[in-house]
Amino acid sequence: MTATATEPSRGVATQDDRVATRPLAARLLSRPEVGSLIAAIVIFLLFMAVAEPFRNVANVGTILYGASTIGIMAVPVALLMIGGEFDLSAGVAVTTSGLSASLLAWNFGLNVWVGILLALAVSVAIGAFNGWLLLKTGLPSFLVTLGTFFILQGVNLGVTRLLTGNVASADISDMDGFASAQNIFGSEVTLGPVTLKITVLYWVLLTVIAAYVLLRTRAGNWVFAVGGDAAAARAVGVPVRATKIGLFVAVGFCAWLSGMHLLFQFNTVQSGEGVGKEFIFIIAAVIGGCLLTGGYGSVVGASLGALIFGMTQLGINYAGWNPDWFRTFLGVMLLLATLVNMYVKRRADLR
Amino acid sequence: MSTATTERHDAAGHSTTPIVELENVGKSYGNVHALRGVSLNVRQGEVTCVLGDNGAGKSTLIKIMSGLHDHTDGTMKLDGVVRRFGSPREAQASGIATVYQDLALAPLMSVWRNFFLGNELRKGPLRTLDIARMKRICADELGKMGVFVPDLDGPVAGLSGGQRQCIAIARAIYFGARVIILDEPTAALGVKQSGVALRYIVKARDAGLGVIFITHNPHHAYLVGNHFVILKLGRVVLDAHRDDLTLEQLTTEMAGGQELGELSHELRGVDPGKVIDPGEVEHGQVEAPALSPEERKAVEREEEEELRA
Repeated sequence: MTATATEPSRGVATQDDRVATRPLAARLLSRPEVGSLIAAIVIFLLFMAVAEPFRNVANVGTILYGASTIGIMAVPVALLMIGGEFDLSAGVAVTTSGLSASLLAWNFGLNVWVGILLALAVSVAIGAFNGWLLLKTGLPSFLVTLGTFFILQGVNLGVTRLLTGNVASADISDMDGFASAQNIFGSEVTLGPVTLKITVLYWVLLTVIAAYVLLRTRAGNWVFAVGGDAAAARAVGVPVRATKIGLFVAVGFCAWLSGMHLLFQFNTVQSGEGVGKEFIFIIAAVIGGCLLTGGYGSVVGASLGALIFGMTQLGINYAGWNPDWFRTFLGVMLLLATLVNMYVKRRADLR
Repeated sequence: MSTATTERHDAAGHSTTPIVELENVGKSYGNVHALRGVSLNVRQGEVTCVLGDNGAGKSTLIKIMSGLHDHTDGTMKLDGVVRRFGSPREAQASGIATVYQDLALAPLMSVWRNFFLGNELRKGPLRTLDIARMKRICADELGKMGVFVPDLDGPVAGLSGGQRQCIAIARAIYFGARVIILDEPTAALGVKQSGVALRYIVKARDAGLGVIFITHNPHHAYLVGNHFVILKLGRVVLDAHRDDLTLEQLTTEMAGGQELGELSHELRGVDPGKVIDPGEVEHGQVEAPALSPEERKAVEREEEEELRA
């Protein structure tokens, strides 16, 4: 599935007798996503063994749906982390986007599609603002986006209550353009016994595109460089500012995509939603092998991290365990994944 | 052209006009003058050595030429045309490549990705990275320098200081079409590795590049240099061609000439060679040697510059 985006057959090009190639196992183990792949397999086998409904093929769609809603955001967040920055506002920015589309269309009686485009502008602007403020002030992105996180959280609640007198946006399902928009953002396809939400398609597509951009294009090389050593990157001519702002804008774009799904799945958006999600995206990226310090990581790994989330979330339910323990499980997963990544990376680099 | 006045004949008798000319270039950070009235001519096929102690303004000078900083006074001419570089990318596009002291390598990126960083080769309608070609060129270029990296896909953090230095030099020579600036390339290297770096400077000169070799080691400079400039406290204190200078003179000038005399006068009382019985000291018992106001200023300037950099 998503594994199609890993680098195929590395080293084929370096058939140079002076440059000895490392053993295949060592090269595979030095890939950043290896920890998350092992974890995904272990968790898959675990729930296959203990949870009877997990074995039901019809539930694959539900599991992948859960993974996709996280994965769509985990992919750009992973890119941003590789580029050396955080975005703590990513969770509430999704809600902001959904609210913007809904409230603008409803309040001004616009076609839903106009609201959608305005929401895209808002989301991209939030991303660009985060990046711009970060580079302007030189503050760590942790602080800058923590600020945006709280600002957006307040704006979401305040503006919604101001316009609707409620804590949720009004139902827009009877407005012009809603049906066509729902086809794009909230539809589903049935493949035999499996019903797949359209978000799964977006998630896989985003993963493939992001992995391609990261590993196979100049922009991807720049992302690694600005995260690894921004000063060095600038010195050799990499446009550091443009690259970092571009990454924040990518997070904004994906927040828009997620927000639109939120809106067209439920017809209305709860203004308090999204708080705490930012950490889930970051955890997925870290499980996927991204270093907190930047310059290293993988979007395929982040998608595997999202898959682990999807499997665990439902697996705990299917196994009949108390879902109160979900977060504890996540914390343990995060620590284990980081330790495994560290260990594997050290072993592989030493060879 | 106005460059006729600055014409000089090289060893083979060809006349070369300077490719980079600095005239009275200065750089101040607020009220700190890091560089004042520096004039310098860089010719292709020549090695211009810039010597100076820490804080003499060497780093500032190369940062101006490589586009990292803008100068605040004077003019910089490239091929006789007044230029200002807004970014390192502009300087590179004009054919000026720089090997920084910190080497400007991203530690976790692979060797070939670092080698081509900022100058990636692409192919096809999708502008995909041409990884095969980049790896081949990288292996070839490093091979020419006698550097054998076990794995081009491995991170540069796993390589030795000498290997990293060589990657940075090889990269600059490969991309730097006309002028290459080397910031203290031998400072962190052992004797053998320094030899490799110096041989590369000669190779770059023989290829017709203008080489600017920044160092504080007059012995290294004299081995390869055609032209010597010594900076002190942001000013040029010596500007001489090889023919007009001996290694002894260069060493003396570099060591501070008169200053060294003063220092030796000052240290006369220390009685070098004397051995003292083992002892123990209480906290604060050893008095710090007091700096003169001028020395203190120089140290402060040094620190200031480090902060700016």
